[in-house]
Amino acid sequence: MWEGYKAMGEALGLTWPFEVDDRTMPHLHQIFGQFFEPSRRNGPLLIGVLAGKALFTAREAATGFLLGGVTGFLLGIAFAHSRLLERGLLPYVVASQTIPILAIAPMVVVWLKAGWLSVAVISAYLTFFPVTINTLRGLKSVEPRSLELMRSYAASPWAVLWKLRVPAALPFIFAALKVSATASVVGAIIGELPSSIQDGLGGAILNFNQFYLSSPPSLWATNVVAALLGIAFFAVVAVAERLVVHRAPEHVA
Amino acid sequence: MNGNGDRAPAVSLRGVSQVFTVRGGGRVAALDEIDLRVEPGEFVSLIGPSGCGKSTLLRVIGDLIRPIGGEVQVNGKPAHQARLDRDYGIVFQDAVLYDWRTVARNIGLPLEMLGWERERRSARVREMLELVELTGFEQHHPWQLSGGMQQRVAIARALSFSPALLLMDEPFGALDEMTRERLNNELLRIWERSKSTIVFVTHSIAEAVFLSTRVVVMSARPGRIVDVVDVGLPQPRMAETRVEPRFFELVKEVRELLHRGAPEVFEGPPADQPLPEAELLAAEEER
Ligand SMILES: Nc1ncnc2c1ncn2[C@@H]1O[C@H](COP(=O)(O)OP(=O)(O)O)[C@@H](O)[C@H]1O
Ligand SMILES: [Mg+2]
Repeated sequence: MWEGYKAMGEALGLTWPFEVDDRTMPHLHQIFGQFFEPSRRNGPLLIGVLAGKALFTAREAATGFLLGGVTGFLLGIAFAHSRLLERGLLPYVVASQTIPILAIAPMVVVWLKAGWLSVAVISAYLTFFPVTINTLRGLKSVEPRSLELMRSYAASPWAVLWKLRVPAALPFIFAALKVSATASVVGAIIGELPSSIQDGLGGAILNFNQFYLSSPPSLWATNVVAALLGIAFFAVVAVAERLVVHRAPEHVA
Repeated sequence: MNGNGDRAPAVSLRGVSQVFTVRGGGRVAALDEIDLRVEPGEFVSLIGPSGCGKSTLLRVIGDLIRPIGGEVQVNGKPAHQARLDRDYGIVFQDAVLYDWRTVARNIGLPLEMLGWERERRSARVREMLELVELTGFEQHHPWQLSGGMQQRVAIARALSFSPALLLMDEPFGALDEMTRERLNNELLRIWERSKSTIVFVTHSIAEAVFLSTRVVVMSARPGRIVDVVDVGLPQPRMAETRVEPRFFELVKEVRELLHRGAPEVFEGPPADQPLPEAELLAAEEER
């Protein structure tokens, strides 16, 4: 598709939405070939460098994902159990998501000092919201009859939560976790920018951006790695979902 | 009564009334001054037109709804205490199984709630599976079963902890006639063996007469008790019971009582789902 669009764009001289040439759209073989070029003169191969950076970013993103997932889940539970909390706090949670991550990130870095932990927190910020909303929706999706059954057993609120509400909410929660999985990678990459962390993919993107004119494929190669990392995160969650969620096919969100 | 006079009744209702407030401010009178006494070991059926408050009455007995008026006692204590003591098992009209649990774990749910050890639990679950002829399906999930099988799981679940009182809300309403008759027989077998008390809601006159020691006929909304029919057919009930002349007489008697209680013609199998919105309101209140 990439090559097709490129060929067509070049043949027709497309200038909209952008001018198509080797600078804006390098050949795929150039992009993938770039992996096996030295990253700098006499340096290690680009693919090795990017793999190292990807691992670094993956650690930030995974930490952020866990942090955001757990925070989101706990907030969802809190909101489901207290009208007051939901009314009082949920609007602020929603508002928090309208603040651009680029405005939040420098503040987090100031508070927590530049480092992979602050990047994880920025990533968590992008992660928790869908989990909160879907946990809340899932916990409330329980049918009145199912609740009555629990009541007939004189079940404690704790038992109702863990034996009924949370299992019923799992398909909703996993739907959110799949969104959050990729968002956590994006969050980690963006989070690296204001902390000027050089060890991750964010740093690499910033770096290759500056040298884009001399070597466009490097940036594209980095983007490919970032996308692969996002896909890997998504796949892990999807596999976990298959192991954990046993619902009728039409119930699985 | 039957030498049980000194024991506390399994269920005792005195002047029980219930009015629902529906969204928009409307009020629905569901039960009006219900008096009923069910002795231990009885099999009592409730029958009446759709919407007359049969399910509501069962919920009141189970302390799933607190009525606006009257007194409810179960096993000689307030209904609330009986619920806390897990004195009854309930079977809803739709099976209400938890989708994410296997058949075995659905049946074992009340045992988990009672804190039974794992071994004891799985032994009892195996017994129950055998009882409702579902051995081999323990690892299935509810959505992989037919409606009749799901209903049997729900019955096994209610029986698993041997409650003294069983509340059953049209448990066989959705089943075909064949399955229904077989489950009728199974239920009687279980009842005879366990010496439990059963309060059973149905819209089938024949089913009520075949199963019960007494049939309580209710009128259209607001639900009142029109009359109580003592069945008195010989025990144990068998396939032949259904063709006895006395059986037909009783069916006729119950039908006539139903007509007396219904302003319009009794319409047979009702679409018996209460308003979902109203239900949600009730659930919200409990939180
Ligand atoms: N939770 C509720 N909120 C409001 N109205 C209800 C509720 N439950 C039942 N009702 C109403 O009370 C009446 C009796 O309902 P129900 O006991 O389900 O009747 P039955 O089981 O005999 O068909 C119906 O009109 C029903 O709509
Ligand atoms: Mg009903």
